[in-house]
Amino acid sequence: MDKSDKIRPTKDEDGIDRSGFLECMTWAGTGVLWALAGGLPQAMGLSTALAAETPAAPFTFLQISDSHVGFSKPANPDALATLREAITRIKELPKKPSFMIHTGDISHLSKDIEFDNADQLIKEAGIPVFYVPGEHDLLDDGQGKSYLDRYGKGSKGAGWYSFDQQGVHYIGLVNVVNLKAGGLGNLGADQLQWLQDDVAGLSAETPIVVFAHIPLWTVYPDWGWGTSDGAQALALLKRFGSVTVLNGHIHQVMQKIEGNIAFHTARSTAFPQPEPGKAPSPGPMKVPAGDLRKYLGIATVDFVRGGEPLAIIDKPLAG
Amino acid sequence: MTFISFGISRMAWMASPVLVGLLLVAAPQLAAAATSEVTVKIANFTFSPADLTITPGTTVTWVNNDDIPHAVVETEKTFRSKALDTDDKFSFTFTNPGEFSYFCSLHPHMTGKITVKK
Repeated sequence: MDKSDKIRPTKDEDGIDRSGFLECMTWAGTGVLWALAGGLPQAMGLSTALAAETPAAPFTFLQISDSHVGFSKPANPDALATLREAITRIKELPKKPSFMIHTGDISHLSKDIEFDNADQLIKEAGIPVFYVPGEHDLLDDGQGKSYLDRYGKGSKGAGWYSFDQQGVHYIGLVNVVNLKAGGLGNLGADQLQWLQDDVAGLSAETPIVVFAHIPLWTVYPDWGWGTSDGAQALALLKRFGSVTVLNGHIHQVMQKIEGNIAFHTARSTAFPQPEPGKAPSPGPMKVPAGDLRKYLGIATVDFVRGGEPLAIIDKPLAG
Repeated sequence: MTFISFGISRMAWMASPVLVGLLLVAAPQLAAAATSEVTVKIANFTFSPADLTITPGTTVTWVNNDDIPHAVVETEKTFRSKALDTDDKFSFTFTNPGEFSYFCSLHPHMTGKITVKK
């Protein structure tokens, strides 16, 4: 844990020391491990009462991102190998996470062989995986048909959907289609309408986790790191007490808290990208071969219900 | 590697250099247009030149020098390349005058413009 980056924004600090809890989650190599502690609901509405019946044991899930299977340029000649290292870390977990979220750019060029290789490897983790596409996953002749055929079952539009697990509502959004010249990531009117309808019946106490490839908040518009209508999506979630936004795309850890919304981007399992504005372009960043694994990999996140501290720990594959 | 040649009068420009030479002799006026070729470099997530003025009949070839794929897409869908991996090229022959704005569909902050003037 000493070399991991850690953030623990504090809201209504209750003084409970969770360091032991966090300690046991520093293993994960490449991905984000989320733990949701049962906690006491703050209000006893129907949904929270149901949530209270869920086990008190921490509920964990993982996030991995930007595997770019097929990438073989100098920044990482073998992106499949580093994904394999990530999956190995996941398999070694003492407590198996309930599922995994992949926030896009599974493949580098949307080739069947790239998706096949990624699928075969990720399957070895032995847990369900929920995907959203990155722009690299929509490069087939059908402009996303391959992705939808493989991963889009039960989704709407370009592949968006939601699901519930242990009282938490998860929303997978797609912000990499129909991008406009000069613009950023884009959700579009249809998806925003769907989102509005999707959360309409939920109580404000329902914890929300939103995941999409490109950051929903504006990280660095000069490099296209943001979503043009992301603010509209976030406005629809404003009434909820706890919203966590998970993104990829920028191949580095960034996080911020804004009101009840916590934003976090995950590292890639393939190659790093430079910090905003610190290079001529956001292209793959070449680092000494021995240092690569310090730039790839993982965050573990402790997500606690009910106004308690949210802790996010990012940990590289090595170093 | 992909090399895509596409355009209304593409048959004229698919001629080999030898054939172009023959055309020069046979039909000098047509050949004058046929020999016009311009390259737009894609490097560091930038098209250069980003703003290009050409005459009708000019073939523009985009070459991706980045370690990441890009695509060249005209905003009105006049042309659209596949994803261009490192060193891949895409060519389009502009036969009609006009302004053609384009961008990278993967990284839409990358934009460029071709002006075709007689």
